[in-house]
Amino acid sequence: MTTAWVPCDSAAVSVGADEVAAALEATGVTVRRNGSRGLLWLEPLVELESARGRIGYAVRSPADVGRLTAAGALAPGALDARDVPVEGVEGLGVVDEHPWLAAQSRVTFARVGRTEPLDLTAYEALGGLAGLRRALALDPAEVVAAVTASGLRGRGGAGFPAGVKWETVRTTAADLRFVCCNADEGDSGTFADRMLLEGDPFTLLEGMAVAGLAVGATEGYVYVRSEYPAAVRTLRRAVEVARVAGVLGPSVLGSGRRFDVEVRVGAGAYICGEETSMLESLEGRRGEVRAKPPIPAVAGLHGRPTLVHNVLTLAAVPTVLAEGPEAYAARGTGRSRGTSVFQLAGNVARGGIVETDFGMTLGQLVEGFGGGTASGRPVRAVQVGGPLGAYLPVSRFDLPLDYEAFAEAGAMVGHGGVVVWDDGLDAWRMARFAMEFCAKESCGKCTPCRIGSTRGVEVLDRVRAAPDEVARDAELDLLADLCTTMTKGSLCAMGGLTPMPVRSALEHFPEDFGVSAPAARATVHATPRSPTVTTEGARP
Amino acid sequence: VRHHDRGPSSSPERPPSGRDGTVRAIARRHVGERGPLLPVLHEVVEALGHVDDTDVPVVAEVLNLSRADVHGVVSFYADFRRTPAPAHRVTVCRGEACQAVGAEAVHQAALAAARQAPALASAGTAAAPSARDTAPAAPAGVEVAEVFCLGNCALGPSGTVDGALRGRLTPEGVAATVEALA
Repeated sequence: MTTAWVPCDSAAVSVGADEVAAALEATGVTVRRNGSRGLLWLEPLVELESARGRIGYAVRSPADVGRLTAAGALAPGALDARDVPVEGVEGLGVVDEHPWLAAQSRVTFARVGRTEPLDLTAYEALGGLAGLRRALALDPAEVVAAVTASGLRGRGGAGFPAGVKWETVRTTAADLRFVCCNADEGDSGTFADRMLLEGDPFTLLEGMAVAGLAVGATEGYVYVRSEYPAAVRTLRRAVEVARVAGVLGPSVLGSGRRFDVEVRVGAGAYICGEETSMLESLEGRRGEVRAKPPIPAVAGLHGRPTLVHNVLTLAAVPTVLAEGPEAYAARGTGRSRGTSVFQLAGNVARGGIVETDFGMTLGQLVEGFGGGTASGRPVRAVQVGGPLGAYLPVSRFDLPLDYEAFAEAGAMVGHGGVVVWDDGLDAWRMARFAMEFCAKESCGKCTPCRIGSTRGVEVLDRVRAAPDEVARDAELDLLADLCTTMTKGSLCAMGGLTPMPVRSALEHFPEDFGVSAPAARATVHATPRSPTVTTEGARP
Repeated sequence: VRHHDRGPSSSPERPPSGRDGTVRAIARRHVGERGPLLPVLHEVVEALGHVDDTDVPVVAEVLNLSRADVHGVVSFYADFRRTPAPAHRVTVCRGEACQAVGAEAVHQAALAAARQAPALASAGTAAAPSARDTAPAAPAGVEVAEVFCLGNCALGPSGTVDGALRGRLTPEGVAATVEALA
């Protein structure tokens, strides 16, 4: 009997994976549901087991299943010696050897797509729980030292050194400490957290358990956004499986040390991806950001020392422990160590998960892995790092994917999301959208963000509608002022980074704003442009 | 840490009946948990479709919170709708990744199809409920709403139909879906 793997990942399901699975079952094939391999442009990607490994076909519909049957690809043993070409269905050959996957360094995503997500035995067979066992054999301080030595930095966007946070939580006196995983992945263009939660949830739970043991926390929370119902379901079931197996609970792997995890669901507020806002939400309040200090590592959830990390940070921890910090630190470049999980999205020919060592150039990612646009038109820009990240033109494709290199270029790697645009991009409209989005999603606590975003939409409208150069320059002065106020005066990254897409769009695509390149540069860098135009003169 | 050692409720025991009883029973199950308000409100929406203004004092009483605390939370989060849910709900993602592949046209097509649906023409529910405190009033028909990112950014334009995620949406396809549901 042939076994077929059909992803249960919600991206695959969104384009018909359930219907394809049902059609395959109807032919008598054994269907198993894996996470997605991350070759999302080929979804639903069906893999048929053979003596050579799993053979992939991009099966778009139940009709394609009929084509597989007609070609004889579903017959037992049919693929053991050679690929069977199927008319109208793209064949990939042995999936593990597919160039797009073979060129990656799958570390955090090593198991995603290879197993049934809730199969703990398969998880262990592929290296799972080795990190947790190693951590149990070490002193908490040694575990923290390993994380520090690995060079692991926060994958949520800020890139803060993880070891520093762990040591702060561990050494702050308290009766209670918490580990909080931020799975409120609200940035457009990012989906790696979701795919890991749906495809390999035990990796996160193992990472959280290691973290809990290291910092002295007995309770962990995962805050998952409500837009990810499948991830919530899978993760909740994974917690149950882990409890039954003794991976979580009063005695982690029989050690006598306690750590348990509760899954909490967000309620449709983008701002709750900001760590202090998430903590407020977990406490049952409006998701309004807190002023820092105190930092959450000192006074976080319920006022206790709290280790807050993104999904991908915690999911990297088992590898750091299992393979040793040196092995992890050997990957990457500069101060960006290890691998990063990039997500190719938007108008891209080959979208999906690209996990590689830090240091690859933006161009290699977008042109090499991504294969340019889906529309076939030229790439005009990419937005890296979510709605608060910069728009970068093709001329910046030489940038290495590295926290510092991006920061120097006025951009950010963020959570690794890369949204590709073809020449249909209207950079002015997207700058306006950035302000509009901020106005809609601002928590309202601080004025630069709450009011500044609305003023931003208005001033951008006036820039485009300005009747002449003098009027436009006056509006640009206001825009420069506004961006500076938001950047320097906002409590959190929402208001503080909203100017980043606006300024970068203006700097690199001034023609879309009806603005000359020198005027755009002066606005972005907030330098005086013309002595005759003052901010005072801009408004009646 | 908030303690709830004053017990579940100071009011006399009442048998759970009707909306009040359902809400009270949900809230009671979470008494003593750390930060129980969001889980309680999620369950209220799941059981009853929305959080009614009359639910607020009930939840507040059981969880030993002020009405203002509960109202503030209900009105902050988009998921806690305050009016009855429509029979069907179609959302279209307006995140950047979906906009890069034409989401605005998909969104407009969905809105236009909802506007043309006869049952809703007068109810005015076609407009996206972008303001947090306002939601369409009509419980019937189909509501079209904008969302920002469903985590399906490589297979956009994305949306949901009655909660089920859909990728590779087209203006024609989404209009047909809305018309079929209306």
